[in-house]
Amino acid sequence: MSQAADLPRVEAIVIGASAGGVEALMALLGPLRQGFTLPIIVVLHLPDERRSQLAEVFARRVAMRVEEAGDKSPVEAGTLYFATPGYHLSIEQDRSFSLSLEDRVHYSRPAIDFLFESAADAYGPSLAAVVLTGANRDGAKGLAQVKRQGGLTIVQDPNEAQVATMPLAALDTHQPDHILPIHGIGRLLAELERIAC
Amino acid sequence: MERTYSKEHNSEIELRLLIEAIYLKYSYDFRDYSGASIKRRVLHALNQFECATISALQEKVLHDPTAFMQLLQLLTIPVSEMFRDPSHFLAIRREVVPLLRTYPSIKIWIAGCSTGEEVYSMAILLREEGLLERTIIYATDINPRSLEKAKQGIFSMENVRAYTHNYQKAGGQRSFADYYTAAYGYAIFDKSLCENVTFADHSLATDSVFSETQLISCRNVLIYFNKKLQDRAFGLFHESLCHRGFLVLGSKETPDFSSFGNQFEPLVKQERIYRKS
Repeated sequence: MSQAADLPRVEAIVIGASAGGVEALMALLGPLRQGFTLPIIVVLHLPDERRSQLAEVFARRVAMRVEEAGDKSPVEAGTLYFATPGYHLSIEQDRSFSLSLEDRVHYSRPAIDFLFESAADAYGPSLAAVVLTGANRDGAKGLAQVKRQGGLTIVQDPNEAQVATMPLAALDTHQPDHILPIHGIGRLLAELERIAC
Repeated sequence: MERTYSKEHNSEIELRLLIEAIYLKYSYDFRDYSGASIKRRVLHALNQFECATISALQEKVLHDPTAFMQLLQLLTIPVSEMFRDPSHFLAIRREVVPLLRTYPSIKIWIAGCSTGEEVYSMAILLREEGLLERTIIYATDINPRSLEKAKQGIFSMENVRAYTHNYQKAGGQRSFADYYTAAYGYAIFDKSLCENVTFADHSLATDSVFSETQLISCRNVLIYFNKKLQDRAFGLFHESLCHRGFLVLGSKETPDFSSFGNQFEPLVKQERIYRKS
C-alpha cells in the first residue's frame, strides 16, 4: 500500500459490488469509525425487488447514517447511500442525486458504470472509486472514466473476491491505483477520510 | 491581457451548445433536464450517428430535421411497462376510485405518456370500475413517434406476459387477455379502450395548462428534470387540477422538495398518491 503522502484529498467514495457484495460490504463498512465524514455511495446489484431492505440492514451494522439515495437530494457528508433497486443512480454536477430508467447495463439497473461515470464528471480528482466482488463486467468502464478524470481507483484483489469476474474485468480495462483485499481497502478508506478532514 | 482557458471539459461545453441549438431550431427544451442522463444519451447517439464529437452531431441535427427526429428518439426514454408498480394501481383502485366516482364526468391527464403503457393501464382500471365511459383522458408527450405508437396500442407479447403478472397483482378483475388480440408475437389492444383518449403533443417544459382535470398521472418523467423544471411541472399540475384533485407520481418521485411541497398532501404516501390541498 502506498504512503499516505501519495493519497489525494477526496470528497466522496463510490463503491460497486455484485455477487458476494453484501458480505464484502459488511466486512468493508462495518469497521469504519463512528462519525466517518466522507459520503459513501454504493451500487449493489440485487434481484429486482422494488422495495429494498438494504438501508435498514446496513443501518444496524454500520456507524454512519444510512439512506437510500433519493432523486434530487444532495450528497451529504457522513452518509452511506444505497442506490434504489430498479433505477439507475447518477450524481449531477451540483452533487445531487438523480434517478433514471434507461435500459439495463450488463443486465443491471442500477448500473455501477452509470454511477461511476457521472460521479467522475461531478467530482473529478476528488473521487475514490472501488470495485468489489461480482459476476459480471459492470463497473470496469466507469472505473476507467474515474481514472481519466483524475480520481483514485481501487479494485478488490481477485484472489480474495468471492466472485472474481468483476474485479478481473476492471483490471482488464485499466491499471487501478490499488489492488487490495477488503481489510486493506478499509484501511485506505480510513486514511482517505483522515486526510480529507 | 492574459486569458485563461475554461476548466470546463470540452464535452460539457459542446453538450450545452447542442441542447441550446436544439432549443433554438426545433423548440424542444432539454435545458433543464438532469445532466447526467442527457449526457449519456448524447454520447450513445454519437456512436449511432458515427459522429466523433458532440459538435459534429450538432452540425448534423441543426441542418437535417430527419436526423433530429432520430436523435429525439434517443433523447426521450421510452422505457415503460403496464401496471408498473402494481401496488400503486391497487391503491388507485381502492383509495382514489371511490372518490373519482363522485364526479359526474372525469378528466384525466397522463403527462409524459410515452408509448402508452400508462394510458392502457389506466383505461383498463377505469373500465373495470365502470368509469371509463364518463372519463376523458388526455395523453401527452413531446415525442410524436411515441404518441403514434401509443395510439396504435400494439405491444410485444414478450412484454405483455410481464404486464399480465403486474395486472393480476394490481387487482385486475378479469383475464388480461380479454383486452388484446394476439397475432404474430404482438398483442393488439382493444381500440374501445382509447375511444375517449386524446393523444396530444405537449411539453411540460414549454407549454401551458389546457384543461381542468380531476386526476393527473405523471410517472417517471420528473426524475429526468432538474429542480427548476420539476417546479414548473408541479405548477402546471396545480393549476390544472380541480379543488382536491389527485396527482399520482412514479415510485421515487415527490413534490416534497419542490416549491409546491405544501400544496399537495399525501393520500397514500408509499404509493405516491397526492391530493391538491
